[in-house]
Amino acid sequence: MEMAKQEWKFTTKDIAEKPDLFLSGHRACAGCVPTTVLRLIMKALRGPTIVTQATGCMEVVSSIYPYTSWAVPWLHTAFETAAANASGIEAALKALKRKGRLKHEHVDVIAIAGDGGTYDIGFQALSGAVERGHDFLFVLYDNEAYMNTGIQRSGGTPKGAATTTSPAGTAIPGKLEYKKPIADIMVAHEIPYVATASPYYWRDLLEKVRKGLEVEGPAFLHVLAPCPRGWRSDQAKSIEYSRLAVETCVFPLWEAVNGQYQLSVASKLIALAPQKKRPVTDYLQGQGRFRHLFSPQNKHLLEDFQRITDERWRRLLAKCGVSAKP
Amino acid sequence: MSAREKSWKEIAPAGVCSRTSTTFLTGDWKTYMPVRDLEKCTRCLLCVLFCPDGAIHWKQEKSDIEFDYNFCKGCGICANECPTKAITMKVE
Ligand SMILES: Cc1ncc(C[n+]2csc(CCOP(=O)(O)OP(=O)(O)O)c2C)c(N)n1
Ligand code: SF4
Ligand code: SF4
Ligand code: SF4
Ligand SMILES: [Mg+2]
Repeated sequence: MEMAKQEWKFTTKDIAEKPDLFLSGHRACAGCVPTTVLRLIMKALRGPTIVTQATGCMEVVSSIYPYTSWAVPWLHTAFETAAANASGIEAALKALKRKGRLKHEHVDVIAIAGDGGTYDIGFQALSGAVERGHDFLFVLYDNEAYMNTGIQRSGGTPKGAATTTSPAGTAIPGKLEYKKPIADIMVAHEIPYVATASPYYWRDLLEKVRKGLEVEGPAFLHVLAPCPRGWRSDQAKSIEYSRLAVETCVFPLWEAVNGQYQLSVASKLIALAPQKKRPVTDYLQGQGRFRHLFSPQNKHLLEDFQRITDERWRRLLAKCGVSAKP
Repeated sequence: MSAREKSWKEIAPAGVCSRTSTTFLTGDWKTYMPVRDLEKCTRCLLCVLFCPDGAIHWKQEKSDIEFDYNFCKGCGICANECPTKAITMKVE
């Protein structure tokens, strides 16, 4: 059952005044933006909420025994099970409600997983959960590799990125395969709400969390979350990279409501004024995982990064019904 | 005692983390600490939103922000994102 729509008041002051539900004292690296993402997400709740997490950095750093950084009911079982947990929680809540044993009118369920726990190992659980139509919000914080176990490549790692299992050297120049378009794959599941978000555009992120909770049925939110440890980047610039990814259209912001794509403001402004679209090198330079792309023999890889970015941007514009300008 | 000797009804249902992480101070991780120029700060609160460690608080009664150095890890995100460049990172 859906709760009464609550007024959105997402001004900086409202958010700053709201107490954190993802608490200080977690053990993430300094400058870890996935933790900023969790702090922000937890400020968009509309009522009683249960969070469940897949194994990964954000689960580990927030639940080192006997400490917890969660001020809401929270469950972890395994790496591949975020969406399976959410399915079970939602089904249990329904049963309790039916038996008159739930004291709340409604309880929201949020599943959180990294890219490894979403694109790869957690995917069948996720695909099944949304196919069954469970009412929950799945948040993917995408730091583009298996960071917690030492920076291994995942289906979410971009082509060309150096990881410990796709090292840049004489044999290969970083990861050979393109980043899997996971959010489009979730749209193809014909669920009511899919969106992408970036923490620099914090209000957009909060609004999308709230929409994902409000919608009846499954919702999927793909958040780019720079990891200075794995990206080998300046920890002070983690939020800056989340902005540059949007400004270069490497990670455009959009939402698909009942399959209907639309650009979110930051990306719409670029679509309307294409001269604002920055070259991908503005995003890639400074990230150690892409350093080798800037050597002369890898010029073609840098060009390919721009090409796939442009191609995916053009395809997105078409889906949003915006005609591509040169 | 091996788990085989207990039925599922007898074993602990789960590990329960019972202490909040706010009792675990991470402030001593830092090398640099953020220092704010009160003249330059416009109280825009962006640093409060972006801090990964929830180490900057908005104090309504003072109409001002406050750093919590018990948790600040010295990442410098606040300094990098401050629109007026009011924050500088100083060696602790
Ligand atoms: C079934 C299983 N396989 C492997 C692991 C080891 N493991 C723990 S966390 C992790 C990586 C998680 O990567 P991701 O989901 O991208 O989250 P991140 O750590 O990057 O935040 C792996 C491989 C595990 N816990 N369970
Ligand atoms: S490795 Fe990356 S994602 Fe994991 S805690 Fe460190 S900065 Fe955060
Ligand atoms: S971001 Fe800068 S101007 Fe804004 S509140 Fe923080 S220190 Fe002040
Ligand atoms: S340096 Fe980093 S951890 Fe410290 S207050 Fe600034 S943003 Fe927060
Ligand atoms: Mg990851």
